[in-house]
Amino acid sequence: MSVSNPTDSVGLVTPQSYHFDEPLNLRSGKVLSAYDLMVETYGTLNGEKSNAILVCHALSGDHHAAGYHSAADKKPGWWDACIGPGKAIDTDLFFVVSLNNLGGCAGSTGPASINPKTETFYGPDFPVVTVRDWVQSQLRLMDRLGIEKWAAVIGGSLGGMQVLRWAISYPQRLGHAISIAAAPKLSAQNIAFNEVARHSITSDPSFHAGHYLRNNTYPKQGLMLARMVGHITYLSDSAMRAKFGKTVTDFGATGNNFGRDLRTGKLSFGLNVDFQVESYLHYQGERFSENFDANTYLLMTKALDYFDPSVDYEGDLAKAFANSGCKFLLISFSTDWRFPPERSREIVNALLKAGKEVSYLEIKADQGHDAFLLPVPRYICALATYLKRVHQELAAHAS
Amino acid sequence: MRPEFEIIQKCIRPGSRVLDLGCGDGSLLHYLKNTKQIHEIGLEIDADNIEKSIFNGINVIQQDLDRGLDNFQSDSFDTVLLAQTLQALSNPAELVDDMLRIGRNGIITFPNFGNWKSRLYLFTRGRMPVSKFMPHQWYDTPNIHFCTVKDFDALCREKNITVLTRTVVDSQHQGSWAMKAWPNFLGEIAIYHLTKRSGDQV
Repeated sequence: MSVSNPTDSVGLVTPQSYHFDEPLNLRSGKVLSAYDLMVETYGTLNGEKSNAILVCHALSGDHHAAGYHSAADKKPGWWDACIGPGKAIDTDLFFVVSLNNLGGCAGSTGPASINPKTETFYGPDFPVVTVRDWVQSQLRLMDRLGIEKWAAVIGGSLGGMQVLRWAISYPQRLGHAISIAAAPKLSAQNIAFNEVARHSITSDPSFHAGHYLRNNTYPKQGLMLARMVGHITYLSDSAMRAKFGKTVTDFGATGNNFGRDLRTGKLSFGLNVDFQVESYLHYQGERFSENFDANTYLLMTKALDYFDPSVDYEGDLAKAFANSGCKFLLISFSTDWRFPPERSREIVNALLKAGKEVSYLEIKADQGHDAFLLPVPRYICALATYLKRVHQELAAHAS
Repeated sequence: MRPEFEIIQKCIRPGSRVLDLGCGDGSLLHYLKNTKQIHEIGLEIDADNIEKSIFNGINVIQQDLDRGLDNFQSDSFDTVLLAQTLQALSNPAELVDDMLRIGRNGIITFPNFGNWKSRLYLFTRGRMPVSKFMPHQWYDTPNIHFCTVKDFDALCREKNITVLTRTVVDSQHQGSWAMKAWPNFLGEIAIYHLTKRSGDQV
């Protein structure tokens, strides 16, 4: 796909920065006195301002969810599979808002921004931000855009957690909460993987206790390793077997070699990269480390670890949703072992207990956690059908 | 299915909370939403049916009835529906208990295996009845727990379930005085409105 073929693409988009002067009181007790949010929008806001959808990004996402920044771009935004004219999140019907969250590294204020007080990079001094803080800043953006109520708030993974937080913190400001491949809180295993990622960054000699930018360097090795370990948790065993098992083995014509494709056709009997999967992880890590800020990665994983909206409600998630006035759609994927279907069902059951209107789908998909970003037909169809209903409701309400 | 919907809707209070176990394409709940303004949730296992339910604008949860309904609180719904699904469950008695725990009342519809046609088929041919209405062979049928009106009455007695109404009709959903007199012999479809509550708790 390229920009020259834009029939189902939002085409060229230009991000816009919004400055906010009103201090933001963070969950940690700290205060962010002023900040910028980098935002992209797709489609047109209607006269009643009722057709707006907020898209929340996951761990390594940003505001660039759809379309292209320039004709030279090889890849579109991270959720181009879902956002565009005639796509599931149909920009012919909806006005889609996507932003880079606070603490990010794609234009919104974060650790790689300049701290006005010290006139140097925030680095590790950037306050820890939580999902609740993000949603609060998203509310301010919403007010700035003059939107009274989101038709829907949608997100996958960490984005899906922001969706849940919206329904809890601002229950009357959204019509539908669509949370995909999420969890009500992280498990010990989830936190463990995050800690390995963090430790690999902080133990890199170039980390300089987070002040690497002042030292004109960055913890490339640590960030690479963090991404490599993270990436494994996004894929399923079956997805890896399929992706790296294309070669037919000498032993039979079944073609199933358990994903053990070799890089050069033979084993090196050394400590070299022998298998395709190794080379792939190196490539993913390398590419990621060139485009992502290490302090942001640390912050994002902390936001994941800290997410647990039930803590304010005696550990009862149902109570957290008591005031939610929106309808819910939860979607999970069969081979997702990072946030498996059981975790989505926990959310569904809490919503049922709270007497909320909820729909839930468990999509059969081989791709693991990554499936939420991919054009899995049943998933895309269901999302499209659901959002068409949302749009019909809006139209019925307006008439 | 429309005539059955009409019989069912007579038992539904306007604005009530309704749970449909095995909601199919959601058309029954859609109908009840339009006629009775209910607050609905449907449970369904089939992917195509789930999408049709979404298309019909009803809340639908992907859930296998054979894995129980532990995730539903007692008395969380006014009415729980089980339409033409009882015979396909692996543990129907347990599910009936669960239905009447979750809902203040329940509506169950099922094909009556005691109908004279089934009896005649078995009597004359000595083989499991196959008809337009029940088109499966014994080995590939999803209907693994057929029962008769008499069997179901016995289950209700055993479980101290109150039968609020029992309607018995033919496959065109037509009733008659004869079917009322000999429901187990003449009825093809049975529609039960049940409860375990008493008085105004129903």
